[in-house]
Amino acid sequence: MSKISTNDVYTLKGVSLADGTVLNIVISGSTIASLGSESDGEIIDCTGLMALPGFVDLHTHLREPGKEDSETVLTGSRAAVVGGYTAISAMANTSPVADTAGVVEQVFRLGKEAGLCEVFPIGAVTVGLLGERLSEIGAMAESAAAVRVFSDDGKCVSDPLVMRRALEYVKSFGGIIAQHAQDPRLTENSQMNEGEVSSRLGLAGWPAVAEEAIIARDILLADHVKSRLHICHLTTRGGVELVRWAKSQGINVTAEVTPHHLLLTDELVESYDPIYKVNPPLRTQADVLALREGLADGTIDIVATDHAPHPTEDKECEWSAAAFGMLGLETALSVVVKTMVETGAITWSKLVEVMSINPAKIGGYDRQGKPLQVGGPANIVVVNPTAEWIVDRGHMASKSRNTPFHGMTLPTKVLHTIFEGVFVLKDAELTGAKHE
Amino acid sequence: MSAVLETADIDRALKRISHEIIERNQGLTSVVLLGIPTRGAFLAQRIADILKELGSQVPVGTLDITLHRDDLRLRPPRPLLPTLLPVGGIEGKDVVLVDDVLFSGRTIRAALDALGELGRPKTVQLAVLVDRGHRELPIRADYVGKNLPTSSKESVKVSLLEIDNVDRVEILGER
Amino acid sequence: MKNHLLSINDLTKEDVLSIISTAAELEKITEGPTKKLPTLRGRTIVNLFFEDSTRTRISFETAAKRLSADVINFSAKGSSVSKGESLKDTAQTLQAMGADAVVIRHGSSGAAQRLADSGWISATVINAGDGTHEHPTQALLDAFTIAKRFPERKADFTGLRIAIVGDILHSRVARSNVLLLTKLGAQVTLVAPPTLLPVGVESWPVRISYELDSELEQFDVVMMLRIQLERMTNFYFPNEREYSRRYGLNEDRLLRMKKEAIVMHPGPMNRGLEISAASADSSRSVIVDQVGNGVLTRMAVLYLLLGGATLGEVS
Repeated sequence: MSKISTNDVYTLKGVSLADGTVLNIVISGSTIASLGSESDGEIIDCTGLMALPGFVDLHTHLREPGKEDSETVLTGSRAAVVGGYTAISAMANTSPVADTAGVVEQVFRLGKEAGLCEVFPIGAVTVGLLGERLSEIGAMAESAAAVRVFSDDGKCVSDPLVMRRALEYVKSFGGIIAQHAQDPRLTENSQMNEGEVSSRLGLAGWPAVAEEAIIARDILLADHVKSRLHICHLTTRGGVELVRWAKSQGINVTAEVTPHHLLLTDELVESYDPIYKVNPPLRTQADVLALREGLADGTIDIVATDHAPHPTEDKECEWSAAAFGMLGLETALSVVVKTMVETGAITWSKLVEVMSINPAKIGGYDRQGKPLQVGGPANIVVVNPTAEWIVDRGHMASKSRNTPFHGMTLPTKVLHTIFEGVFVLKDAELTGAKHE
Repeated sequence: MSAVLETADIDRALKRISHEIIERNQGLTSVVLLGIPTRGAFLAQRIADILKELGSQVPVGTLDITLHRDDLRLRPPRPLLPTLLPVGGIEGKDVVLVDDVLFSGRTIRAALDALGELGRPKTVQLAVLVDRGHRELPIRADYVGKNLPTSSKESVKVSLLEIDNVDRVEILGER
Repeated sequence: MKNHLLSINDLTKEDVLSIISTAAELEKITEGPTKKLPTLRGRTIVNLFFEDSTRTRISFETAAKRLSADVINFSAKGSSVSKGESLKDTAQTLQAMGADAVVIRHGSSGAAQRLADSGWISATVINAGDGTHEHPTQALLDAFTIAKRFPERKADFTGLRIAIVGDILHSRVARSNVLLLTKLGAQVTLVAPPTLLPVGVESWPVRISYELDSELEQFDVVMMLRIQLERMTNFYFPNEREYSRRYGLNEDRLLRMKKEAIVMHPGPMNRGLEISAASADSSRSVIVDQVGNGVLTRMAVLYLLLGGATLGEVS
């Protein structure tokens, strides 16, 4: 394991880009020095491999501060780079909640100390996520963390007046509200998707309408006040149709889908294994197909993991006592390849858009999500598109184990992750190096 | 394999047993026949029919011993067979248990336990079509159709018209 | 039979008929003076009840004791214990105690399956009611009760019309009964206000009716479910009076039923709400029989699961 510092020069030799072009990429410091046939410094053979802009996650739960037993900013960053991410966005539902400049600056600093990828703190929309009054959005925007994305994720901003005000307020600095769409009155004590399976299993249902009704309302609100709206983890066919309509009307809305919602359905809940318990819940095959179609045709702008670590005891119990959430960072690329690229729904170039370019645009992350070009930031992931690997929950970089894909054979392996020119992951192993 | 008893032999044996039952129980007023399913039950019915031809109406029923077996744990659970006590019950009666083959004696031990759950007969006697020896418990039959010395490696197969379409007793296996 | 009883789906039709005929045999045998059989001597059966239920627990306890098994009652009202620990830690304690079977009642749907699939215990798991999911032995005793009342059918329920009336949405008794009665060939009709029918019920092999009156005369069996008064605060129906008026088995309705039709209720009853006292006590009611049949059915289940070599024992 050679240690490569930011002052080194090295060449990714014979690597192909998303469009198939094979070339050498020379990296010097934290910049791409050349793309072509030159080589310089240490040569890393990348025959048969693909280089892509590092992935950007707009929806990650890092649990620090407050639930460090399941994950920390450091361990979450490790999981990110194993998955090929050079930027992640820390959701605000920590303890204390990230509703002040103090907490977001703490998370921002922890990300810098870890030095493995960019960590962008997301600020809470309301104080304590209680949905009653706006948090100090302005202070968070002006803090060292320069927060632009605000979300109460975990909870829904259900009061329409509060949501309206939030949408209006962030216009002053080009911010965006990311809504976790879930009407609380329709989902009290809900456990799984409401439908045929839930009727048989005797588990309280989480109806699609509880998600769609909020989406519809917020789309109209965003249009009315002329602000930017982002819909977190879209899971239903109806939701896709609503976003498609909104875009056709020129309304400024973006949407994300998780990898697990592209693959898994509520039938898995028949085992009552809480590894499949997630919020919003796994839905039906018809919803899965609509989400894939939406991602392919641009209705859904990005893939976001909603990486949600939980300690073993929160998943080893009876369903109703279990926590909601699944890991996602380390398996995201493979699941997207399996469900979208291998099925022919999207090309590798489109994958780069939904996993890197678009998320960076929405978040305003200017050193991320740039097509690989001379002078651009060296935030790169190198993958082996044809390799297969078996998911082993006992060997994850995350502190937690709650992946629903344990035991599955998935396509495409992330081999190298380069963050600001530093090899933080080499040959699928964490190098221990970090960006100072 | 060799057939040791055929139809005529079996009929004769049952007739002799029936006469012996009459002799030993002066008057049959308190005798009750209980056959152990499956084949013991058919034999009990045949004995009852013979006794009826000879002029005595004797109550006949069945006694399933499954729940009292001592070897239940050796095989998956067995289905229960019917237990049907005749009108008049067994309380204070002279019960004659009827089975096809007497071997280790464990079936009869279980039958005595099963009987004990149902009441308190005055006496319990045992009639078997075949006694093949190799007792593992101190059990003996009062009425025996035929004594068949066998080696423990052999098995005795009883076929009855009511269920096997033929009347026959055979010894199977090596000698 | 599979080695756990978690759901009616674990039983084939033959398994069900075997349970019913075994229960019938046991009824004959235990009419005698001692009522006790040595069959499960040496087996340890644990009643693991996370929810209060004296009647079901006593029924299982009686069944186990009549077969001479050792019974241990573990009542863990685990709401104060932190989640997760209660089920797993309790299970591991039972394993250490050498339980052969665990009869579990829990407030969470799927708890019995979690216990069986977890690998924490090697004992046979019997679901005595998990949340709103299933209550298999209740359905079995209901089927046994119906079979006894219509003996000429010999447990073939083809063409038998059965109504299940009440809070289907939250009823594990209803779910198990729908699975079991249709397995035996019955035509099942669910009668309830629309708020108490689950979304997705259209996929069940049953008829649905929102009205009790229009169909009453055709039913051979009317099974009433208990209404929980807490449901009123969640707007399932306006008040008790309206529910009782529209869905209660009052005397008028009782008189309109077929002469040979029977009335059932899994208990405990809200006399005057879903069922009038007169209906509960009428000659058509087999509610008291259900209790006795419960012990026999559970004896049959325990015998068929534990009476022979269990999985892992040498045969």
